[in-house]
Amino acid sequence: MKSEGEFVNQPDNTAFTQQRLPAWQPMLSAGIVIPLFTLIGLAFIGIGVALFITSQNIKVQELDYTGTATSSPCFQCSGLSIQNCTCERNFSLSELFEGPVFFYYGLSNYYQNYRQYGVSKDDYQLSGDTTYFLKPQSYCSPYQYSNNKPIVPCGSIANSMFNDTFRLYLLVNGSRKQVPFDGKGIAWWTDYNIKYRNPSPVNGSFAAAFDGTTKPVNWQKSAYELDPTDQANNGFLNQDFLVWMRRAALPNFRKLYGRITGGDYSQGLPAGNYTLQISYNYPVLSFGGTKKVVFSNVSWMGGKNQFLGIAYLVIGSLCVVMAIVMLIVYAKYKFPDNDDA
Amino acid sequence: KSDLSHFHVVLDQTRIRNNCIMTSKYNIITFLPVNLFEQFQEVANTYFLFLLILQLIPQISSLSWFTTIVPLVLVLSITAVKDATDDYFRHKSDNQVNNRQSQVLINGILQKEKWMNVRVGDIIKLENNQFVAADLLLLSSSEPHGLCYIETAELDGETNMKVRQSLSVTSELGDPNHLAQFDGEVVCEPPNNKLDRFCGTLYWRECKYGLSNQNMLLRGCVLRNTESCYGLVIFAGPDTKLMQNSGRTKFKRTSIDRLMNTLVLWIFGFLVCMGVILAIGNAVWEREVGFLFQSYLPWDPPVDNFLFSAFLSFWSYVIILNTVVPISLYVSVEVIRLCHSYFINWDRRMFCNRSSTPAEARSTTLNEELGQVEYIFSDKTGTLTQNIMTFNKCSINGRAYGERHRAQPLDFSTWNPLADRDFCFYDASLLEAVKVGEPAVHEFFRVLSLCHTVMSEEKSEGELVYKAQSPDEGALVTAARNFGFVFRSRTPSTITTQELGKAVTYTLLAILDFNNIRKRMSVIVRTPEGRIRLYCKGADTVLFERLHSCSHDVMNITSDHLNEYAGDGLRTLALAYRDLSEEQWAEWAERYRGADKAIDCREDRLAAAYEEIEQDLMLLGATAIEDKLQEGVAETIAILSLANIKIWVLTGDKQETAVNIGYSCKMLTDDTTEVFIVNGHTVQSVREDLRLVARERMMESARTRDGGKEVETQWAPPTSVLESISGEFALVISGHSLAHALEADMEQEFLETACACRAVICCRVTPLQKAMVVELVKRHKNAVTLAIGDGANDVSMIKTAHIGVGISGQEGIQAVLASDYSFSQFRFLQRLLLVHGRWSYLRMCRFLCYFFYKNFAFTMVHFWFGFFCGFSAQTVYDQYFITLYNIVYTSLPVLAMGIFDQDVPEQRSLEYPKLYEPGQLNLLFNKREFFICIAQGIYTSVVLFFIPYGVLSQATQSNGVPLADYQTFAVTTATALVIVVSVQISLDTGYWTAINHFFVWGSVGAYFTILFTMHSSVLFNIFPKQFHFLGSSQNTLAQPVVWLTIALATVICIAPVLAFRFLKLDLKPQLSDTVRYTQLVQQKKWKPGGRAALGRLGRGGSRRSGYAFAHQEGFGELITSGKNMRLSSLALATFASRHSASWIDTLRKKKHNPHSTPPTGDSSPAPSLVLISETNTF
Repeated sequence: MKSEGEFVNQPDNTAFTQQRLPAWQPMLSAGIVIPLFTLIGLAFIGIGVALFITSQNIKVQELDYTGTATSSPCFQCSGLSIQNCTCERNFSLSELFEGPVFFYYGLSNYYQNYRQYGVSKDDYQLSGDTTYFLKPQSYCSPYQYSNNKPIVPCGSIANSMFNDTFRLYLLVNGSRKQVPFDGKGIAWWTDYNIKYRNPSPVNGSFAAAFDGTTKPVNWQKSAYELDPTDQANNGFLNQDFLVWMRRAALPNFRKLYGRITGGDYSQGLPAGNYTLQISYNYPVLSFGGTKKVVFSNVSWMGGKNQFLGIAYLVIGSLCVVMAIVMLIVYAKYKFPDNDDA
Repeated sequence: KSDLSHFHVVLDQTRIRNNCIMTSKYNIITFLPVNLFEQFQEVANTYFLFLLILQLIPQISSLSWFTTIVPLVLVLSITAVKDATDDYFRHKSDNQVNNRQSQVLINGILQKEKWMNVRVGDIIKLENNQFVAADLLLLSSSEPHGLCYIETAELDGETNMKVRQSLSVTSELGDPNHLAQFDGEVVCEPPNNKLDRFCGTLYWRECKYGLSNQNMLLRGCVLRNTESCYGLVIFAGPDTKLMQNSGRTKFKRTSIDRLMNTLVLWIFGFLVCMGVILAIGNAVWEREVGFLFQSYLPWDPPVDNFLFSAFLSFWSYVIILNTVVPISLYVSVEVIRLCHSYFINWDRRMFCNRSSTPAEARSTTLNEELGQVEYIFSDKTGTLTQNIMTFNKCSINGRAYGERHRAQPLDFSTWNPLADRDFCFYDASLLEAVKVGEPAVHEFFRVLSLCHTVMSEEKSEGELVYKAQSPDEGALVTAARNFGFVFRSRTPSTITTQELGKAVTYTLLAILDFNNIRKRMSVIVRTPEGRIRLYCKGADTVLFERLHSCSHDVMNITSDHLNEYAGDGLRTLALAYRDLSEEQWAEWAERYRGADKAIDCREDRLAAAYEEIEQDLMLLGATAIEDKLQEGVAETIAILSLANIKIWVLTGDKQETAVNIGYSCKMLTDDTTEVFIVNGHTVQSVREDLRLVARERMMESARTRDGGKEVETQWAPPTSVLESISGEFALVISGHSLAHALEADMEQEFLETACACRAVICCRVTPLQKAMVVELVKRHKNAVTLAIGDGANDVSMIKTAHIGVGISGQEGIQAVLASDYSFSQFRFLQRLLLVHGRWSYLRMCRFLCYFFYKNFAFTMVHFWFGFFCGFSAQTVYDQYFITLYNIVYTSLPVLAMGIFDQDVPEQRSLEYPKLYEPGQLNLLFNKREFFICIAQGIYTSVVLFFIPYGVLSQATQSNGVPLADYQTFAVTTATALVIVVSVQISLDTGYWTAINHFFVWGSVGAYFTILFTMHSSVLFNIFPKQFHFLGSSQNTLAQPVVWLTIALATVICIAPVLAFRFLKLDLKPQLSDTVRYTQLVQQKKWKPGGRAALGRLGRGGSRRSGYAFAHQEGFGELITSGKNMRLSSLALATFASRHSASWIDTLRKKKHNPHSTPPTGDSSPAPSLVLISETNTF
């Protein structure tokens, strides 16, 4: 490597060792920064406007049914001791609620994101490993065993599964016509297809796989009989169960209950009067929570989201303002442009 | 082995040491435990171990244990590898030293033995120019009287030779056979580090002989001018004075290190505060909400009330918030420093072709401090100068000769076979003058060939070797030799020269020896024609007072020449002669014998006698000797002082030579308003000197301040009057004054005065004083100090200073071994500081700013989330993200910036030394900058939490599934974080090499790759328990809303920074280096060499003597006694023995001066004259 003029021990003459690597040396010159700000500002304003308009076009109908107020139809159900209570909420739509319409239930002041809550489940159970059916992991404590029988699915998350059910009726000429909720495919594809696994049926019987275990304390039905209408929608692959198990990041959240897509309602909910029949099982008043249901449709960017559009508009405008300020400052205090680089 | 000799040390030291030295710390077996033990002494490492233990408690563990153990193991192993490598090199260097060869006398036969096998009690033989292997008692020498010469440069930095003499009883044991019979017993003091003291007794043949330092050859010395000698090993290996002096290297920390440690402590405090706030939050939440929420989430069994829950929550938060003090910080800092060190090692512009030595960063932990140096303490000999004297110019009888234009050097060999080939002179007119036979010129060179104390050795005909006691004297005699006045040999009473080919023998009547007070030496000779003449050479100031009135014309012209020489920084000596009549001589000689024999005040009386005869001198001319500076010293000093670095020269040399060097390397110029010389011997006089200096300066400064207010330091308000002084002052202080000045009650005064001076020169200082001066500045000035030196006498100073630099490529390696950086030329210092140091500092600061920023941005998100998750210590991110964030996703781009970043090209930092200032003022990373970074980090974390919060709490996917689930939130926030910090590093990076591009894009790429991999079904199927986030990234990142959120968050985080930086650049451009110095160019163009020209113009009327002479007294006596001559003449031998007692006594008196002043004798002037009556000789 070394040529003749070189000496022993002389360091190599490479760009790297001599710190002369070719390099791009950007400078925050006015020519870059001001147009950049203008560009970002304008782009953000554009996006903001688009988002805002899109968001404005999305319809959302929220109904609180906690029943805190005595006037509320669900008030009588909100007592702690009342079982199997049903209440109804009426509402009317003055115009077509364009489809597809999504139906959510929402809880507030509910801490699914509490750390100990989040870990209180047994992933082996949920992936259908029956060895853990009889010996749930200690994470599930105190919902690990009930009456000395292992709980399947164990843990706080499963135990606290939301169990209100809803029926929606459209009042047509005085009679109720049920609007069907499509509860299929409301969970994440990966949850349904990969992450959660039901145990293999024992002797052809799915229920037999759960032998020797007991249902979570708060559950009325066992995991294998969650949906009597659809055998496939049972166990850990029950859509509502999967939705519940995907815990929310924030204490006020909503979860998808079903889509209204079927038959007559593929265009959406027509204008008219509706009755929502709620079978009120899930107590929230004890910890000061509320329950609500939400009807909403979506656009390319999802559901209604005023925040995003406004934020974009505000930031975009600020960027443009900043660009103007910088331009003024630059014009006034222009220093000799010294791009030595 | 010479088993007959016994070694005995008073105090019960019975172990017999061998000469093996060991500076390494580990061996293969002890490495792991010792190294781990050392590493866990680092607070940070212990802290992470503690965290790890916390994480193993299930109730607290908010994060899996691997989030801590992976980085911890990584950090520990990287450090261990580095330590192992360092130790390996120490082993290697130990081995190299231990395996040097020496000759040991075993059973009467000389055998080669490795240094490490030399044992106490061995007798070893040393040859000329060999290093002494251990501390030896000199037994005998090839030279007469058991004399031998050593150079102690390695030990105390003094380059002049020293004489050691064996005891007369042992010096008779000439040959190995006799030596093997030697069975003396030495009882001596225990090993210590006092270089100038040794005290012991030799018991031999029923007799007691006192031993002193005069009999010792210490390890590290080099034998000179002595063919061989034998010595008995007294101390070996670690007991030697050299090793005792070296001690274990103190671990040096940089100021950034200390700041970092403080900041880390603050961050711990911050962490605890956050933990407490969140724990209180948790208590409140558990009481208000959690207690009621128990129907869905019962408290864990050990928790029975909210307070206990809060307690656990505190620890849980300590765990998840610990990433504000990332463990990778320390290891990254080390890696960056290591790379910077390699850049120093690799720098070709710090490679010395002549000695083929590259620069070496021996310590890899101090680099950024190189960018903050305010004080440089430099040794002189070997560092600033090459310790080579050249006869450059002369003025003879009013005519100046010397290099006018550097053409071909004159060729002397053609007409003078005895000429020294290495001698260079460029002015042919002088040679012409000699050939023509101008009497003044002849007389001039005659003085040079006669008036000196050089010894000559003629190995073969015409091959003369001069043994000069001081290099300048050697240069003068060599000059005379080349111009045809060859000094050939001397006896105690004659000097034989060859004048223009003709042998002439002068009778030496007397040597009026040199000393510091007299500043001159004379010889009185009788010429072959019978005339008696006194030849004198000395300082112009001294000589000119003693001239005959008829010399005044010559004196005036010569004075001008001397002025010119002094301006060029040449060392000058004036030469003169005086004819004495036979009567004058006889009369004077009589008086002298009286003075010499006087019992009281002998020295004063001698001096008075000298004074008497050195009168009415005829001026011949003056010589100008260049003490050759190292290449580029003046330029380097000029640049460094432009960079606001103060340079202090600490030298063991004499005041005149030191001042002279100060001028020649442009530390002192004629612009210097005043040079204050503090030379007092008593506390009072030193205090007075300092006070006087201070007062004068105060007056001066008051005057300048009235004149103009432009002298205003912008950054620090002056703490004392002295600091605001603008004049160019210089302080010269000598070692004995320094001893007083360094006392506790005066050091403050000294420091203030010294710091107000542009240049400080401390001369005649001991190694210890060097260290004390450095320590003083270090302690009181809160400034970074750098010490540079080449010899063992600089070791203590090198170790004391924040940064020690050793000059390598020379014989001694002690300084290099003790140093943190080494290179072979002083001029490389500018590159080390202004280029490497500046860059290192800049990079380190940028690195730290960004590092704290990114970790706060990362961690504080948990804090905000705490308010929404019941303060349950739920992490926002996936734990794998937490594990990898600091070691994979964000480490490399910032590392690349920390290694490669450059704000200005290297040549600019040398062109504009002022660029160095931010480092000295510590502007780039200090507590304020830290808080700005932290604030930016916290702001970023707020944005990163609340923007996704605002968006996602409402948003749904386009298929209606809400986006507000935890995993989506985690992935969105994490992605936004990675993108924001990547954009931020892109903004911070000022120098985008391919590597930076690769790392920045690579990190973002790696993030997405790892994200998708970990969220893939493949990994989930293998480890179903480990990867909960299955499918999250695919689901989340397919949503346009998520990307819009990330874009929004990025712009909100970055835009203010961008705007702020732009405005700062625009409004306060002086803070931007490049811009500031563009302005500076317009004001004043800096051109190299410009200062020198200016200096000469401004010289004006001030006259300065360039006199400097490295000579010491005492040698005249040595010569006239004949002691140091290898003489076969019996007569001479008898003559010598008669005088031996006296001169050795004098010498001993001087060496045993109880003070720590260098043994070269100075405090009490002892002019010595040896009067040789003609009758005495034959």
